[in-house]
Amino acid sequence: MIEVRLHGRGGQGAVTSAELLALAAINEGKYAQAFPSFGPERRGAPVIAFCRIDDKPIRIRSAIYKPDLVLVLDPGILRLVNVTSGLKEDGILIANTKYSGKELRKELGIKHPLATVNATHIAMEELGLPITNTTMLGSLLKAREIIPFDSLIDPLKKRFGRIAEKNIKVFTRAYQETELTR
Amino acid sequence: MGERVGIEVSIAAAEAVKMANTDVIAAYPITPQTHIVEHLSELVADGELDAEFIPVESEHSAMSVCCGSSAVGARTFTCTSSQGLALMNEIVFIAPSLRLPIVMILANRSMSGPLSIWNDHTDVMSIRDCGWIQIFTENGQEVFDHVMFAFRVAENSSVSLPVIVNLDGFVLTHVIEPIEFWDKETVKQYLPDFKPVNQLHPDNPVTMGAFGLPSIFTEAKKAQDEALINSKSEILKAWKEMGDLVGRYYKPVETYQLDGSETVFLTIGSFGETVSVAVDELRAQGKSVGQVKLRLWRPFPFDEFREAVRGVKRIIVIDRAISYGGPGGPVASEIRSVLYQEENMPVITNFLCGFAGRDVTSDDYISMYEKTEQMAKGKVTQEDYIIYGVRE
Repeated sequence: MIEVRLHGRGGQGAVTSAELLALAAINEGKYAQAFPSFGPERRGAPVIAFCRIDDKPIRIRSAIYKPDLVLVLDPGILRLVNVTSGLKEDGILIANTKYSGKELRKELGIKHPLATVNATHIAMEELGLPITNTTMLGSLLKAREIIPFDSLIDPLKKRFGRIAEKNIKVFTRAYQETELTR
Repeated sequence: MGERVGIEVSIAAAEAVKMANTDVIAAYPITPQTHIVEHLSELVADGELDAEFIPVESEHSAMSVCCGSSAVGARTFTCTSSQGLALMNEIVFIAPSLRLPIVMILANRSMSGPLSIWNDHTDVMSIRDCGWIQIFTENGQEVFDHVMFAFRVAENSSVSLPVIVNLDGFVLTHVIEPIEFWDKETVKQYLPDFKPVNQLHPDNPVTMGAFGLPSIFTEAKKAQDEALINSKSEILKAWKEMGDLVGRYYKPVETYQLDGSETVFLTIGSFGETVSVAVDELRAQGKSVGQVKLRLWRPFPFDEFREAVRGVKRIIVIDRAISYGGPGGPVASEIRSVLYQEENMPVITNFLCGFAGRDVTSDDYISMYEKTEQMAKGKVTQEDYIIYGVRE
Protein backbone atom coordinates (compact mmCIF):
# COMPACT_ATOMS: atom_id res chain seq x y z
CA MET A 1 0.00 0.00 0.00
CA ILE A 2 1.19 3.48 -0.88
CA GLU A 3 0.16 6.28 1.47
CA VAL A 4 0.34 9.93 0.39
CA ARG A 5 -0.15 12.97 2.58
CA LEU A 6 -0.86 16.28 0.83
CA HIS A 7 -0.25 19.67 2.40
CA GLY A 8 -1.72 22.87 1.05
CA ARG A 9 -3.76 25.89 2.02
CA GLY A 10 -7.54 25.91 2.09
CA GLY A 11 -8.73 26.71 -1.45
CA GLN A 12 -5.60 25.47 -3.24
CA GLY A 13 -7.10 22.13 -4.12
CA ALA A 14 -5.17 19.65 -1.97
CA VAL A 15 -8.35 17.62 -1.56
CA THR A 16 -8.93 17.68 -5.33
CA SER A 17 -5.38 16.40 -5.90
CA ALA A 18 -5.98 13.50 -3.53
CA GLU A 19 -9.27 12.76 -5.28
CA LEU A 20 -7.78 12.81 -8.79
CA LEU A 21 -5.02 10.47 -7.69
CA ALA A 22 -7.52 8.02 -6.19
CA LEU A 23 -9.83 8.20 -9.21
CA ALA A 24 -6.95 7.48 -11.58
CA ALA A 25 -5.86 4.50 -9.47
CA ILE A 26 -9.42 3.13 -9.31
CA ASN A 27 -9.75 3.48 -13.09
CA GLU A 28 -6.59 1.39 -13.33
CA GLY A 29 -8.40 -1.37 -11.43
CA LYS A 30 -6.64 -0.64 -8.16
CA TYR A 31 -8.17 0.15 -4.79
CA ALA A 32 -7.84 3.67 -3.42
CA GLN A 33 -9.12 6.07 -0.81
CA ALA A 34 -8.98 9.86 -0.83
CA PHE A 35 -10.16 11.96 2.06
CA PRO A 36 -9.62 15.36 3.62
CA SER A 37 -8.47 16.00 7.13
CA PHE A 38 -12.01 16.41 8.35
CA GLY A 39 -12.94 19.79 9.66
CA PRO A 40 -14.24 23.26 8.95
CA GLU A 41 -11.48 24.24 6.54
CA ARG A 42 -10.75 27.93 6.06
CA ARG A 43 -9.44 29.52 2.90
CA GLY A 44 -5.71 30.17 3.25
CA ALA A 45 -5.15 28.11 6.38
CA PRO A 46 -2.86 25.04 6.23
CA VAL A 47 -4.87 21.92 5.32
CA ILE A 48 -4.09 18.25 4.84
CA ALA A 49 -5.55 15.61 2.56
CA PHE A 50 -4.78 11.92 2.25
CA CYS A 51 -4.65 9.23 -0.42
CA ARG A 52 -4.08 5.49 -0.13
CA ILE A 53 -3.51 3.20 -3.12
CA ASP A 54 -3.28 -0.57 -3.00
CA ASP A 55 -3.75 -3.68 -5.13
CA LYS A 56 -6.22 -5.14 -2.62
CA PRO A 57 -9.23 -3.65 -0.80
CA ILE A 58 -8.21 -1.03 1.76
CA ARG A 59 -9.68 -1.55 5.22
CA ILE A 60 -7.81 0.98 7.28
CA ARG A 61 -9.90 4.09 7.97
CA SER A 62 -7.73 6.16 10.25
CA ALA A 63 -5.60 9.09 9.10
CA ILE A 64 -2.13 8.57 7.57
CA TYR A 65 0.70 8.97 10.09
CA LYS A 66 3.58 7.26 8.26
CA PRO A 67 3.29 8.36 4.62
CA ASP A 68 5.42 7.03 1.76
CA LEU A 69 5.12 10.35 -0.04
CA VAL A 70 4.45 13.89 1.13
CA LEU A 71 3.27 16.45 -1.42
CA VAL A 72 3.48 20.15 -0.57
CA LEU A 73 1.47 22.47 -2.80
CA ASP A 74 2.39 25.76 -1.18
CA PRO A 75 5.99 26.95 -0.65
CA GLY A 76 5.08 28.81 2.55
CA ILE A 77 3.83 25.61 4.18
CA LEU A 78 7.37 24.20 4.18
CA ARG A 79 8.35 26.67 6.87
CA LEU A 80 5.02 26.59 8.71
CA VAL A 81 4.27 22.91 9.15
CA ASN A 82 6.52 19.96 9.96
CA VAL A 83 5.77 18.38 6.59
CA THR A 84 8.15 15.43 7.00
CA SER A 85 6.49 14.32 10.25
CA GLY A 86 6.23 10.50 10.13
CA LEU A 87 7.58 10.35 6.56
CA LYS A 88 9.14 6.91 6.06
CA GLU A 89 12.93 6.83 5.94
CA ASP A 90 12.95 6.15 2.20
CA GLY A 91 9.87 8.35 1.70
CA ILE A 92 10.06 11.32 -0.65
CA LEU A 93 9.18 14.93 0.03
CA ILE A 94 7.76 16.53 -3.11
CA ALA A 95 7.75 20.29 -2.80
CA ASN A 96 6.64 23.33 -4.72
CA THR A 97 9.60 25.65 -4.30
CA LYS A 98 11.70 28.09 -6.27
CA TYR A 99 14.82 26.74 -4.58
CA SER A 100 16.88 23.76 -5.68
CA GLY A 101 16.74 20.51 -3.77
CA LYS A 102 20.21 21.17 -2.35
CA GLU A 103 19.23 24.62 -1.10
CA LEU A 104 16.02 23.31 0.41
CA ARG A 105 17.78 20.43 2.13
CA LYS A 106 20.25 22.85 3.67
CA GLU A 107 17.68 25.42 4.70
CA LEU A 108 15.15 23.03 6.25
CA GLY A 109 17.55 20.32 7.39
CA ILE A 110 15.60 17.62 5.57
CA LYS A 111 17.33 14.24 5.17
CA HIS A 112 14.71 12.56 2.96
CA PRO A 113 14.97 12.29 -0.82
CA LEU A 114 13.50 15.41 -2.40
CA ALA A 115 11.58 16.19 -5.56
CA THR A 116 11.39 19.91 -6.28
CA VAL A 117 9.65 22.02 -8.88
CA ASN A 118 8.66 25.67 -9.17
CA ALA A 119 4.99 24.84 -9.54
CA THR A 120 3.76 28.34 -8.75
CA HIS A 121 5.79 29.65 -11.70
CA ILE A 122 4.37 26.98 -14.03
CA ALA A 123 0.81 27.57 -12.83
CA MET A 124 1.13 31.34 -13.24
CA GLU A 125 2.44 30.94 -16.79
CA GLU A 126 -0.15 28.44 -17.93
CA LEU A 127 -3.22 29.05 -15.76
CA GLY A 128 -2.63 32.62 -14.69
CA LEU A 129 -3.37 31.55 -11.13
CA PRO A 130 -1.12 30.37 -8.28
CA ILE A 131 -3.18 27.18 -7.92
CA THR A 132 -0.74 24.28 -8.03
CA ASN A 133 -2.77 21.17 -7.26
CA THR A 134 -2.81 19.66 -10.75
CA THR A 135 0.74 20.89 -11.41
CA MET A 136 2.09 19.11 -8.35
CA LEU A 137 0.50 15.81 -9.39
CA GLY A 138 2.98 15.77 -12.29
CA SER A 139 5.80 16.28 -9.84
CA LEU A 140 4.47 13.49 -7.62
CA LEU A 141 4.45 10.99 -10.47
CA LYS A 142 7.97 12.03 -11.49
CA ALA A 143 9.17 11.38 -7.95
CA ARG A 144 7.53 7.95 -7.92
CA GLU A 145 5.25 6.64 -10.63
CA ILE A 146 2.74 5.07 -8.23
CA ILE A 147 0.23 5.03 -11.08
CA PRO A 148 0.95 5.48 -14.80
CA PHE A 149 1.31 9.10 -15.93
CA ASP A 150 -1.41 8.65 -18.57
CA SER A 151 -3.95 7.37 -16.06
CA LEU A 152 -4.44 10.92 -14.75
CA ILE A 153 -5.38 12.38 -18.11
CA ASP A 154 -8.94 11.08 -18.04
CA PRO A 155 -9.74 12.22 -14.48
CA LEU A 156 -8.25 15.65 -15.32
CA LYS A 157 -10.46 15.90 -18.43
CA LYS A 158 -13.58 14.92 -16.52
CA ARG A 159 -12.88 17.25 -13.63
CA PHE A 160 -11.87 20.38 -15.49
CA GLY A 161 -13.94 20.34 -18.67
CA ARG A 162 -13.03 23.34 -20.81
CA ILE A 163 -9.91 24.17 -18.78
CA ALA A 164 -8.76 20.54 -18.82
CA GLU A 165 -6.11 21.12 -21.51
CA LYS A 166 -4.40 23.80 -19.42
CA ASN A 167 -4.39 21.53 -16.40
CA ILE A 168 -2.96 18.67 -18.43
CA LYS A 169 -0.27 21.06 -19.65
CA VAL A 170 0.82 22.10 -16.13
CA PHE A 171 0.68 18.47 -15.03
CA THR A 172 2.94 17.47 -17.92
CA ARG A 173 5.33 20.40 -17.49
CA ALA A 174 5.78 19.64 -13.78
CA TYR A 175 6.53 16.03 -14.63
CA GLN A 176 9.25 17.22 -17.02
CA GLU A 177 10.67 20.01 -14.86
CA THR A 178 10.82 18.25 -11.49
CA GLU A 179 14.34 17.69 -10.14
CA LEU A 180 15.17 14.77 -7.92
CA THR A 181 17.72 15.20 -5.15
CA ARG A 182 18.62 11.94 -3.42
CA MET B 1 -23.21 -6.41 -12.64
CA GLY B 2 -22.95 -2.66 -12.60
CA GLU B 3 -20.04 -0.36 -13.22
CA ARG B 4 -17.17 -0.02 -10.73
CA VAL B 5 -16.52 3.66 -10.15
CA GLY B 6 -14.37 5.86 -7.95
CA ILE B 7 -16.79 8.14 -6.17
CA GLU B 8 -17.40 9.96 -2.89
CA VAL B 9 -19.55 7.77 -0.66
CA SER B 10 -22.13 10.56 -0.17
CA ILE B 11 -22.55 11.00 -3.91
CA ALA B 12 -22.87 7.24 -4.38
CA ALA B 13 -25.55 7.17 -1.67
CA ALA B 14 -27.50 9.90 -3.47
CA GLU B 15 -27.12 8.03 -6.77
CA ALA B 16 -28.54 4.92 -5.10
CA VAL B 17 -31.54 6.93 -3.91
CA LYS B 18 -31.97 8.07 -7.50
CA MET B 19 -31.71 4.55 -8.87
CA ALA B 20 -34.32 3.44 -6.34
CA ASN B 21 -36.66 5.83 -8.14
CA THR B 22 -37.56 7.77 -5.01
CA ASP B 23 -40.68 9.95 -5.24
CA VAL B 24 -40.21 12.43 -2.42
CA ILE B 25 -37.10 13.74 -0.69
CA ALA B 26 -37.55 16.12 2.23
CA ALA B 27 -34.38 17.17 3.98
CA TYR B 28 -32.48 20.01 5.56
CA PRO B 29 -28.71 20.18 5.02
CA ILE B 30 -26.43 19.52 7.98
CA THR B 31 -22.76 18.52 8.17
CA PRO B 32 -21.67 15.79 7.45
CA GLN B 33 -24.81 14.72 5.59
CA THR B 34 -24.71 17.77 3.28
CA HIS B 35 -23.24 16.24 0.12
CA ILE B 36 -25.98 13.61 -0.01
CA VAL B 37 -28.88 16.08 -0.05
CA GLU B 38 -27.03 18.61 -2.18
CA HIS B 39 -26.49 15.97 -4.84
CA LEU B 40 -30.09 14.80 -4.67
CA SER B 41 -31.23 18.39 -5.01
CA GLU B 42 -29.07 18.70 -8.15
CA LEU B 43 -30.38 15.45 -9.60
CA VAL B 44 -33.96 16.64 -9.19
CA ALA B 45 -33.18 20.15 -10.53
CA ASP B 46 -31.38 18.66 -13.56
CA GLY B 47 -34.32 16.42 -14.32
CA GLU B 48 -32.32 13.24 -13.76
CA LEU B 49 -34.62 12.17 -10.96
CA ASP B 50 -38.34 12.68 -11.29
CA ALA B 51 -39.06 13.40 -7.65
CA GLU B 52 -40.31 16.17 -5.41
CA PHE B 53 -37.39 17.67 -3.51
CA ILE B 54 -38.89 19.59 -0.62
CA PRO B 55 -36.32 21.96 0.90
CA VAL B 56 -37.93 22.25 4.32
CA GLU B 57 -37.03 24.87 6.93
CA SER B 58 -36.10 22.37 9.65
CA GLU B 59 -35.63 18.67 10.29
CA HIS B 60 -38.86 18.62 12.29
CA SER B 61 -40.59 19.60 9.08
CA ALA B 62 -38.49 17.17 7.05
CA MET B 63 -39.76 14.18 8.98
CA SER B 64 -43.29 15.61 9.05
CA VAL B 65 -43.25 15.90 5.24
CA CYS B 66 -41.87 12.37 5.01
CA CYS B 67 -44.75 11.03 7.11
CA GLY B 68 -47.30 12.77 4.91
CA SER B 69 -45.75 11.68 1.63
CA SER B 70 -45.21 8.10 2.75
CA ALA B 71 -48.82 7.94 3.97
CA VAL B 72 -50.15 8.78 0.51
CA GLY B 73 -47.98 6.05 -1.00
CA ALA B 74 -44.90 7.91 -2.24
CA ARG B 75 -41.46 6.33 -1.93
CA THR B 76 -39.88 8.67 0.60
CA PHE B 77 -36.32 9.49 1.62
CA THR B 78 -34.64 11.78 4.10
CA CYS B 79 -31.19 12.20 5.51
CA THR B 80 -29.79 13.92 8.57
CA SER B 81 -27.13 13.98 11.31
CA SER B 82 -26.81 14.76 14.99
CA GLN B 83 -28.61 18.02 15.91
CA GLY B 84 -30.86 17.54 12.89
CA LEU B 85 -31.95 14.16 14.20
CA ALA B 86 -32.53 15.73 17.60
CA LEU B 87 -34.75 18.38 16.05
CA MET B 88 -36.81 15.78 14.18
CA ASN B 89 -36.94 13.50 17.21
CA GLU B 90 -40.64 14.03 17.93
CA ILE B 91 -41.68 12.81 14.49
CA VAL B 92 -39.04 10.06 14.36
CA PHE B 93 -41.13 8.19 16.92
CA ILE B 94 -44.35 8.80 14.97
CA ALA B 95 -43.19 7.22 11.69
CA PRO B 96 -42.92 3.60 12.89
CA SER B 97 -46.06 3.84 15.01
CA LEU B 98 -47.93 4.82 11.82
CA ARG B 99 -46.09 2.00 10.00
CA LEU B 100 -44.68 4.41 7.41
CA PRO B 101 -41.84 2.89 5.35
CA ILE B 102 -39.60 5.96 5.16
CA VAL B 103 -35.90 5.45 4.46
CA MET B 104 -33.42 7.66 6.31
CA ILE B 105 -29.66 7.82 5.97
CA LEU B 106 -28.11 8.95 9.21
CA ALA B 107 -24.61 10.33 8.70
CA ASN B 108 -23.52 9.72 12.26
CA ARG B 109 -22.17 12.72 14.12
CA SER B 110 -21.63 13.64 17.74
CA MET B 111 -24.35 15.43 19.67
CA SER B 112 -23.28 18.85 20.97
CA GLY B 113 -21.93 20.10 23.34
CA PRO B 114 -19.26 21.08 23.16
CA LEU B 115 -20.27 21.96 19.63
CA SER B 116 -18.80 19.40 17.26
CA ILE B 117 -19.41 18.39 13.68
CA TRP B 118 -17.40 15.17 13.82
CA ASN B 119 -18.28 11.51 13.87
CA ASP B 120 -19.40 9.24 16.66
CA HIS B 121 -22.61 7.40 17.52
CA THR B 122 -24.22 9.64 20.11
CA ASP B 123 -26.89 10.71 17.63
CA VAL B 124 -28.19 7.26 16.69
CA MET B 125 -27.93 5.92 20.22
CA SER B 126 -30.24 8.70 21.38
CA ILE B 127 -33.02 7.14 19.29
CA ARG B 128 -32.23 3.52 20.00
CA ASP B 129 -35.80 2.90 21.14
CA CYS B 130 -37.62 4.83 18.41
CA GLY B 131 -38.93 1.70 16.65
CA TRP B 132 -37.12 1.98 13.31
CA ILE B 133 -35.20 -0.88 11.72
CA GLN B 134 -31.56 0.15 12.18
CA ILE B 135 -28.58 -0.99 10.12
CA PHE B 136 -24.87 -0.10 10.33
CA THR B 137 -22.46 0.02 7.38
CA GLU B 138 -18.67 -0.31 7.17
CA ASN B 139 -17.81 1.11 3.76
CA GLY B 140 -19.19 2.86 0.70
CA GLN B 141 -20.26 -0.33 -1.04
CA GLU B 142 -22.34 -1.34 1.94
CA VAL B 143 -23.97 2.09 1.98
CA PHE B 144 -24.93 1.83 -1.69
CA ASP B 145 -26.27 -1.70 -1.29
CA HIS B 146 -28.22 -0.83 1.83
CA VAL B 147 -30.10 2.04 0.26
CA MET B 148 -31.70 -0.54 -2.04
CA PHE B 149 -32.10 -2.95 0.86
CA ALA B 150 -33.74 -0.30 3.06
CA PHE B 151 -36.48 0.54 0.55
CA ARG B 152 -37.06 -3.11 -0.19
CA VAL B 153 -37.47 -4.10 3.48
CA ALA B 154 -39.34 -0.98 4.61
CA GLU B 155 -41.98 -1.18 1.90
CA ASN B 156 -42.54 -4.93 2.11
CA SER B 157 -46.22 -5.29 3.00
CA SER B 158 -45.48 -7.57 5.95
CA VAL B 159 -42.95 -5.08 7.36
CA SER B 160 -44.19 -1.55 6.59
CA LEU B 161 -41.71 0.11 8.93
CA PRO B 162 -39.14 2.88 8.46
CA VAL B 163 -35.44 2.00 8.12
CA ILE B 164 -32.34 3.92 9.20
CA VAL B 165 -29.07 3.24 7.37
CA ASN B 166 -26.21 4.49 9.55
CA LEU B 167 -22.96 5.58 7.98
CA ASP B 168 -20.16 7.28 9.85
CA GLY B 169 -19.89 10.97 9.13
CA PHE B 170 -16.65 12.02 7.35
CA VAL B 171 -15.02 8.59 7.95
CA LEU B 172 -17.37 7.36 5.21
CA THR B 173 -19.35 10.31 3.88
CA HIS B 174 -16.36 12.30 2.64
CA VAL B 175 -14.19 9.48 1.32
CA ILE B 176 -13.63 8.67 -2.33
CA GLU B 177 -13.36 4.95 -2.92
CA PRO B 178 -14.32 2.31 -5.49
CA ILE B 179 -18.01 1.34 -5.45
CA GLU B 180 -19.74 -1.12 -7.70
CA PHE B 181 -23.05 0.33 -8.86
CA TRP B 182 -26.05 -1.83 -9.64
CA ASP B 183 -27.38 -1.86 -13.16
CA LYS B 184 -30.97 -0.72 -13.73
CA GLU B 185 -32.22 -4.23 -14.40
CA THR B 186 -30.90 -5.48 -11.07
CA VAL B 187 -32.57 -2.61 -9.20
CA LYS B 188 -35.82 -3.38 -10.95
CA GLN B 189 -35.59 -7.05 -10.08
CA TYR B 190 -34.73 -6.38 -6.43
CA LEU B 191 -36.99 -3.46 -5.65
CA PRO B 192 -40.66 -3.77 -6.61
CA ASP B 193 -42.93 -0.72 -6.85
CA PHE B 194 -44.20 0.62 -3.54
CA LYS B 195 -47.73 -0.58 -2.81
CA PRO B 196 -48.75 0.81 0.58
CA VAL B 197 -50.72 -1.42 2.93
CA ASN B 198 -52.79 1.55 4.08
CA GLN B 199 -52.96 4.74 2.11
CA LEU B 200 -54.33 8.21 2.62
CA HIS B 201 -56.61 8.70 -0.36
CA PRO B 202 -59.67 10.91 -0.86
CA ASP B 203 -61.60 8.00 -2.44
CA ASN B 204 -61.13 5.82 0.59
CA PRO B 205 -60.78 8.00 3.70
CA VAL B 206 -58.90 6.52 6.67
CA THR B 207 -57.49 8.03 9.85
CA MET B 208 -53.79 7.75 10.59
CA GLY B 209 -52.24 8.90 13.81
CA ALA B 210 -55.39 8.84 15.85
CA PHE B 211 -55.64 9.47 19.57
CA GLY B 212 -54.65 6.38 21.60
CA LEU B 213 -56.65 6.07 24.79
CA PRO B 214 -55.20 4.05 27.68
CA SER B 215 -57.63 1.31 26.72
CA ILE B 216 -55.86 0.72 23.38
CA PHE B 217 -52.36 2.21 23.71
CA THR B 218 -50.76 -0.90 25.24
CA GLU B 219 -52.14 -3.08 22.46
CA ALA B 220 -50.85 -0.64 19.84
CA LYS B 221 -47.37 -0.80 21.37
CA LYS B 222 -47.48 -4.61 21.54
CA ALA B 223 -48.42 -4.71 17.87
CA GLN B 224 -45.60 -2.30 16.99
CA ASP B 225 -43.04 -4.34 18.92
CA GLU B 226 -44.15 -7.52 17.19
CA ALA B 227 -43.99 -5.83 13.81
CA LEU B 228 -40.37 -4.85 14.41
CA ILE B 229 -39.41 -8.30 15.72
CA ASN B 230 -41.17 -10.01 12.82
CA SER B 231 -39.48 -7.79 10.24
CA LYS B 232 -36.39 -9.95 10.68
CA SER B 233 -37.55 -12.69 8.36
CA GLU B 234 -37.96 -10.16 5.52
CA ILE B 235 -34.60 -8.61 6.42
CA LEU B 236 -32.89 -12.00 6.07
CA LYS B 237 -34.73 -12.67 2.83
CA ALA B 238 -33.78 -9.27 1.39
CA TRP B 239 -30.10 -9.90 2.19
CA LYS B 240 -30.22 -13.38 0.68
CA GLU B 241 -31.78 -12.14 -2.53
CA MET B 242 -29.32 -9.27 -2.75
CA GLY B 243 -26.50 -11.77 -2.43
CA ASP B 244 -27.95 -13.87 -5.22
CA LEU B 245 -28.19 -10.79 -7.44
CA VAL B 246 -24.98 -8.87 -6.74
CA GLY B 247 -22.80 -11.48 -5.04
CA ARG B 248 -22.50 -9.74 -1.67
CA TYR B 249 -24.19 -11.69 1.12
CA TYR B 250 -24.82 -9.64 4.24
CA LYS B 251 -25.78 -11.00 7.65
CA PRO B 252 -27.22 -9.54 10.86
CA VAL B 253 -24.01 -10.51 12.69
CA GLU B 254 -20.82 -10.84 10.72
CA THR B 255 -17.57 -12.37 11.85
CA TYR B 256 -13.89 -12.12 10.98
CA GLN B 257 -11.24 -14.68 11.95
CA LEU B 258 -13.62 -16.01 14.56
CA ASP B 259 -12.88 -19.74 14.52
CA GLY B 260 -11.70 -20.77 17.96
CA SER B 261 -10.82 -17.22 18.98
CA GLU B 262 -10.57 -16.72 22.73
CA THR B 263 -10.97 -12.97 22.50
CA VAL B 264 -13.18 -11.08 20.08
CA PHE B 265 -13.65 -7.41 19.29
CA LEU B 266 -17.24 -6.34 18.86
CA THR B 267 -17.71 -3.40 16.50
CA ILE B 268 -20.44 -1.48 14.73
CA GLY B 269 -19.96 0.79 11.74
CA SER B 270 -16.83 1.86 9.88
CA PHE B 271 -14.39 1.35 12.78
CA GLY B 272 -14.84 -2.37 12.10
CA GLU B 273 -12.51 -2.31 9.10
CA THR B 274 -9.60 -0.83 11.04
CA VAL B 275 -10.25 -3.34 13.84
CA SER B 276 -9.92 -6.15 11.26
CA VAL B 277 -6.44 -4.83 10.47
CA ALA B 278 -5.60 -4.95 14.20
CA VAL B 279 -6.97 -8.51 14.38
CA ASP B 280 -4.61 -9.53 11.55
CA GLU B 281 -1.65 -7.98 13.36
CA LEU B 282 -2.53 -9.65 16.67
CA ARG B 283 -2.97 -13.04 15.00
CA ALA B 284 0.42 -12.60 13.35
CA GLN B 285 1.78 -12.28 16.90
CA GLY B 286 0.13 -15.61 17.72
CA LYS B 287 -2.81 -14.16 19.70
CA SER B 288 -6.16 -15.91 19.56
CA VAL B 289 -8.24 -12.93 18.42
CA GLY B 290 -11.24 -12.52 16.15
CA GLN B 291 -14.00 -10.05 15.46
CA VAL B 292 -17.78 -9.90 15.57
CA LYS B 293 -19.61 -7.06 13.84
CA LEU B 294 -23.20 -6.08 14.47
CA ARG B 295 -24.81 -5.01 11.22
CA LEU B 296 -28.40 -5.24 12.40
CA TRP B 297 -28.99 -3.16 15.51
CA ARG B 298 -32.81 -3.24 15.51
CA PRO B 299 -34.43 -5.73 15.60
CA PHE B 300 -31.54 -7.06 17.70
CA PRO B 301 -30.25 -10.39 16.31
CA PHE B 302 -30.22 -12.31 19.59
CA ASP B 303 -29.79 -15.85 18.20
CA GLU B 304 -27.12 -14.96 15.67
CA PHE B 305 -25.17 -12.97 18.23
CA ARG B 306 -25.24 -15.69 20.91
CA GLU B 307 -24.23 -18.25 18.30
CA ALA B 308 -21.32 -16.10 17.11
CA VAL B 309 -19.79 -15.64 20.57
CA ARG B 310 -20.39 -19.17 21.86
CA GLY B 311 -17.20 -20.43 23.52
CA VAL B 312 -15.53 -17.02 23.40
CA LYS B 313 -13.75 -16.10 26.65
CA ARG B 314 -13.45 -12.35 26.30
CA ILE B 315 -15.36 -9.71 24.34
CA ILE B 316 -13.90 -6.26 23.78
CA VAL B 317 -16.86 -4.02 23.01
CA ILE B 318 -16.01 -0.85 21.11
CA ASP B 319 -18.56 1.87 21.83
CA ARG B 320 -18.81 5.25 20.14
CA ALA B 321 -21.16 6.83 22.67
CA ILE B 322 -21.45 7.16 26.42
CA SER B 323 -24.32 6.62 28.80
CA TYR B 324 -23.37 9.20 31.41
CA GLY B 325 -23.47 7.71 34.88
CA GLY B 326 -24.73 4.46 33.42
CA PRO B 327 -23.22 1.12 32.46
CA GLY B 328 -20.63 2.43 29.97
CA GLY B 329 -21.45 2.41 26.27
CA PRO B 330 -24.88 1.53 24.90
CA VAL B 331 -23.58 -1.41 22.83
CA ALA B 332 -21.76 -2.99 25.79
CA SER B 333 -24.77 -2.49 27.98
CA GLU B 334 -26.93 -4.42 25.53
CA ILE B 335 -24.35 -7.16 25.02
CA ARG B 336 -24.09 -7.73 28.76
CA SER B 337 -27.85 -7.94 28.94
CA VAL B 338 -28.09 -10.36 26.00
CA LEU B 339 -25.48 -12.71 27.49
CA TYR B 340 -26.43 -12.34 31.15
CA GLN B 341 -27.98 -15.77 31.60
CA GLU B 342 -25.61 -17.64 29.32
CA GLU B 343 -23.48 -20.38 30.80
CA ASN B 344 -19.77 -19.47 30.80
CA MET B 345 -20.51 -15.84 30.15
CA PRO B 346 -17.46 -14.18 28.60
CA VAL B 347 -15.59 -11.41 30.35
CA ILE B 348 -16.72 -8.17 28.71
CA THR B 349 -14.45 -5.14 28.57
CA ASN B 350 -15.82 -1.91 27.18
CA PHE B 351 -13.76 0.74 25.46
CA LEU B 352 -15.40 4.04 24.54
CA CYS B 353 -13.42 5.69 21.79
CA GLY B 354 -13.47 7.82 18.70
CA PHE B 355 -15.65 10.51 20.24
CA ALA B 356 -16.36 13.39 17.87
CA GLY B 357 -13.82 12.44 15.25
CA ARG B 358 -10.91 11.47 17.52
CA ASP B 359 -8.86 9.17 15.31
CA VAL B 360 -8.44 5.57 16.47
CA THR B 361 -5.67 3.57 14.79
CA SER B 362 -5.08 -0.17 14.60
CA ASP B 363 -2.29 0.30 17.18
CA ASP B 364 -4.92 1.73 19.53
CA TYR B 365 -7.02 -1.43 19.19
CA ILE B 366 -3.94 -3.53 19.88
CA SER B 367 -3.40 -1.65 23.12
CA MET B 368 -7.09 -2.18 24.00
CA TYR B 369 -6.49 -5.89 23.51
CA GLU B 370 -3.43 -5.80 25.76
CA LYS B 371 -5.36 -3.89 28.42
CA THR B 372 -8.14 -6.48 28.23
CA GLU B 373 -5.64 -9.30 28.79
CA GLN B 374 -4.48 -7.54 31.96
CA MET B 375 -8.00 -6.78 33.14
CA ALA B 376 -9.17 -10.35 32.57
CA LYS B 377 -6.67 -11.50 35.21
CA GLY B 378 -8.69 -9.60 37.82
CA LYS B 379 -12.42 -9.10 38.21
CA VAL B 380 -14.27 -7.06 35.60
CA THR B 381 -17.60 -5.78 36.85
CA GLN B 382 -20.76 -4.74 35.04
CA GLU B 383 -19.97 -1.07 35.60
CA ASP B 384 -16.44 -1.16 34.22
CA TYR B 385 -15.71 0.86 31.15
CA ILE B 386 -12.75 2.80 29.87
CA ILE B 387 -12.88 6.03 27.94
CA TYR B 388 -9.89 5.30 25.74
CA GLY B 389 -7.13 7.76 24.94
CA VAL B 390 -8.01 10.50 27.40
CA ARG B 391 -5.10 12.94 27.67
CA GLU B 392 -4.20 13.43 31.31
